[in-house]
Amino acid sequence: MSALLETRSLARNFGAVTAAADIDVTINAGEIVGVIGSNGAGKTTFINMVTGYLAPSSGEILFKGKSIVGKNPRQVMRAGICRSFQVAQLFPELTVLDNVLIAYGIMKHKILPLMSPLATKANIQQAEQLLEEYGITSYMAETVVTLPQGVRKLLDIALAMLRKPEILLLDEPTSGVAIDDKFDLMDTVMRAVRKSGAAVLFVEHDMEVIARYSTRLIAFYDGRVLADGAVSDVMNDEKVKELVTGHHLDIDYEQEVQHA
Amino acid sequence: MKYATTMIIGAGIALLAAGLFMPGWLTFLLTLAFAKGLVVMGLLLLMRAGLVSFGQGLYYCLGAYCVGIAGDYFETQNALLLILLAVVVCVALAAVIGLLLCRYRDIFFAMFSMAFSMILYGVLVKSSAFGSSDGFNVKPPLLFGWTPTGESGPFLAYGLAVVALVGVGIFVWRYLRSPMGYAGEAVRENEIRVEYLGASVRRIIYTKYLLAAAMAGLGGGITALAAGHIDPEMAYWTTSGEFVFIALMGGVGHAAGPVIGAVLFELLRTYAFQISPYTWQMILGISLLVIILYLPKGVWSLVERVTKGKPL
Amino acid sequence: MKLVIAMLMDGVIYASWLFVIAAGLTLIYGVMRILNMAHGSFYAIGAYGGASLVGFYLAGGYPPWGAYFMLLGAALIGGTIVGLLIERGLLRMMYGRDEVVMILVTYAILLILEDVIKLIWGVDAYFAYQPYTLLGRTKLAGLSFANYDILLIFVSALICFVLWWGLNRTRKGKLLQAVIHDRDTAAFLGINVTRMFTVTFVIGAVLGALAGALTAPGISVMPGIGVEVIILAFAVVVIGGLGSVGGALLGALIVGLARSAAVHLYPDAELFVIYGVMGLVLAFRPQGLFAIATARKI
Repeated sequence: MSALLETRSLARNFGAVTAAADIDVTINAGEIVGVIGSNGAGKTTFINMVTGYLAPSSGEILFKGKSIVGKNPRQVMRAGICRSFQVAQLFPELTVLDNVLIAYGIMKHKILPLMSPLATKANIQQAEQLLEEYGITSYMAETVVTLPQGVRKLLDIALAMLRKPEILLLDEPTSGVAIDDKFDLMDTVMRAVRKSGAAVLFVEHDMEVIARYSTRLIAFYDGRVLADGAVSDVMNDEKVKELVTGHHLDIDYEQEVQHA
Repeated sequence: MKYATTMIIGAGIALLAAGLFMPGWLTFLLTLAFAKGLVVMGLLLLMRAGLVSFGQGLYYCLGAYCVGIAGDYFETQNALLLILLAVVVCVALAAVIGLLLCRYRDIFFAMFSMAFSMILYGVLVKSSAFGSSDGFNVKPPLLFGWTPTGESGPFLAYGLAVVALVGVGIFVWRYLRSPMGYAGEAVRENEIRVEYLGASVRRIIYTKYLLAAAMAGLGGGITALAAGHIDPEMAYWTTSGEFVFIALMGGVGHAAGPVIGAVLFELLRTYAFQISPYTWQMILGISLLVIILYLPKGVWSLVERVTKGKPL
Repeated sequence: MKLVIAMLMDGVIYASWLFVIAAGLTLIYGVMRILNMAHGSFYAIGAYGGASLVGFYLAGGYPPWGAYFMLLGAALIGGTIVGLLIERGLLRMMYGRDEVVMILVTYAILLILEDVIKLIWGVDAYFAYQPYTLLGRTKLAGLSFANYDILLIFVSALICFVLWWGLNRTRKGKLLQAVIHDRDTAAFLGINVTRMFTVTFVIGAVLGALAGALTAPGISVMPGIGVEVIILAFAVVVIGGLGSVGGALLGALIVGLARSAAVHLYPDAELFVIYGVMGLVLAFRPQGLFAIATARKI
C-alpha cells in the first residue's frame, strides 16, 4: 500500500493555545478512516491545515510524496484533496440548482468567462444528474436556507466531490442530522465515494456510524494522535476509553479555536 | 439571449428616434441620466458581489477630466477618441487601486474607496491649471468631423450616451448570466465556499472593480461632453453617494435597474428643485428612506412583480 | 524651530477639535454598528445653535462670559433633541439591517437634516466671534495663538477623560463595553440593549453638536459645513479603528499633525495628506490601529 497523504509532527498554535501539537497521520489509497476525539482535540484544525486554510506552525504535509505546505485551499483542492464542513458552506440565499451551477462554472473554467451563459441546458442537465446521485433532486428549486440540515450536508459533500478528489476529508458529516437519517446520509456518501475510488477521512462522534463505515480508526486527544489502528482495537484501547469515548456527551458543541 | 439583445438594441433605436423630437432640456436631462446610469451599472456589478463602493465618483470625475484635459492638450474634439482615452485611463488607475481595495469588505471597502475619490477631489481643488474648484469648460464634441449646432447641439452627446448604454446594457445583461456574474453572487454569499470550489475571491472582485471603473469613466466622459463643463465636485463623496442612491432606487437585480433609477433620480431632482429649491435634498432623503423601508429591491422589483405575476 | 512649534500647536489644536467629533462617531459605531453619516449634521446643528444662542444672549446685554454656557447649552439641547428624534423615531425601525444599508439610512438623514438646517437658519452665514476674541491671545516663541484654541485643547482632554472614566470606571460604562464586545451575549445576560442604544446615540449626537458649538466662534457658520466635517471624522475613526475611543484619540492626533505639517510645508497637499495617511495605515493594518477583534468560524 502506498501512502496517499502523510503528515509529520504537524503542529499549530493560536497564541498560547495549542490546537494541534504533534500529529502524525497516514492515509492510504482506498481507506475509509474514522476520526474521533473530544472538543478541541485538533480534528478540524487538522483538516484546515491539510487543505491549506490554516498554515501549520511546524511540521510537514506530504501528498503523494510531495509537500503541500504553503499551498492555498484552491491549489490543494486542484491537487486532489477536497473537504466538507462541520457547518455546510453553501450559498444560502441561492437555490440548490444555482449552488451546483456555480460550482460547475468555477470548476470548468480556470478563467471565468464574462459573456457566455452559465445556465445552459447541458449544464442544468449535468447539475440534475449530480443532485440525483445524492438523492436531492426534489430540492432543486429551493433556496438553501429553507433546506433541512441533512440536505445541506449532502449538498456540501456533493460540491466537495465535484472535482473527483483522491482524498475526501469529511468534517462531521452527520452533525446536526436527525439520528434516523444519519445512516441514509452516510450510505449515499459512501456510494458516491466507492464509485469514484477516493480515500476518505471522516470526523464522527457517533460510534455506530464509525463502526459501520470505517476501515481504520484514529483517536485524537489534546492535539495529538492517541491511538491509530483497527476500529475494534482503538475502541477497546484503555487510554481512548478513559480520555475520549468516556466523556463524549458534549458531542455536538465542538467548536475549535479559529483565527479570524 | 438573442431575444434580450434584440430588445435592448430595439429600445436603443427607439430612444435615438425619440431624441430627434425631444425638447432640448429633456435631451440634456436624459443624457446626464444615462451617463449616470452607466456609472451605476458598474456599481451594480460590485453591489451584487456585496461590495458597496462609496467612491465611484473617482472614475466618473477622472473620466470627465481626461476628456476635458486631453481635448485641450491634443487639440482634438473627436468624441470617440476622447471617451476611449477616458476609459483606458480609468481602468489603468483601477488596476493599481484595485489591488489594494480587493482585500477589503463591507464598510471598509465603502470608506476606503471613498477616501481615494476624496484624494482626487483634494488634488483637483488645488490644481489651478485645471481651474481649481471652479473646474473648466470642455469644447463641444465632434463625431467623424460632424459638429452639431443649434437645435441639434445636445443630440450628439445624447446619441453617444444611448449607444454606450445599449452596448453596456447588453454586456451587463449577458454578464449577469455568465459564470463570472454568478461568481459575484457567490462571493457575496460565501467566500469560503468560492475558494474551496477553486476560484480566487480576490480575482473575482478585482475583475468587477476594473469593469466598474471602466463604466464609470465612460459615464464621466460622456457627462463632460454633454455638460460642456466639469469641476472637482464630480469626485466629491456626495456624488458617489448619489450613485449608490440611484443603484438602490432602481434596484440591482436587473441590468435595467440602474437606467430606470438614474432617469427617476434626475427627474426627481429636477422637479424637486423646481418645486422647492430649499428642500429638494429633503425630498431626496425621504425618498431614499421610503425605498429602503418599503422597496428594498428598488423600483425594478415592481416591474418584476407585475411581469412575473408575483404578489405585490 | 518656530515652524516646528507652529506645526505642533496647530496640529494639536486641530486634533482636539477632530477628537470631539470623532469620539461621538466612533462611540455610536462601537455600540450600534452604525457608521453615522448624519453625524456631520449634528455638528452643523451644534454650530448653528451655538452661534444663534450666543447672538441672542449677547444682544440682551448679559455678561459676556455667559456666552460659553450658551455654547454648551446649545450642544446639549440640540444634540439631545435631534439624537432622540432620530434614534427613537427612525433608526429603531431599521435595526438588524446590513451595516452598509445603515450607512445609506444615515445618508438619507443627512440629506434631510441639511435642508432642515436651511429651513431654520436660512442660507446666510452666522458669526459668533465674541467668545473667541474675548479670551485674547498668547505669545509663544514669537507666535501668537488664540487662547480660545488653547482652551479647546483642555476641553477636548477633559471630554476624553470623562469618556474614559465613564466607560471604564462606572457600572453603566462597563455594561456598555459588554454591548460593544458582544451584543447578543450582552442582551442574553439581561442588559437592556435597546436602552443602551438610545443613550449611546444621544451621547454621540451631543458630542457631535458640542464639536460644532465649540467651533462656531472660530468660523463663519454656513450651509455645507457638516458635509465637509463628516469625511474628516471618517478618516480619523478609520485610522484609529472603528468603535474605539482610544483609537479616535490617536487617529485625531495623527490626522491633526499630518494636516498641520502639510498646511505649513506644502498647503496644496492638505486633503491629500489626510487620506494618504489613512491609506497608509489601512494598507498595513486593515482594521485600523485599535480594532475590535472579530472571530470567524468554519
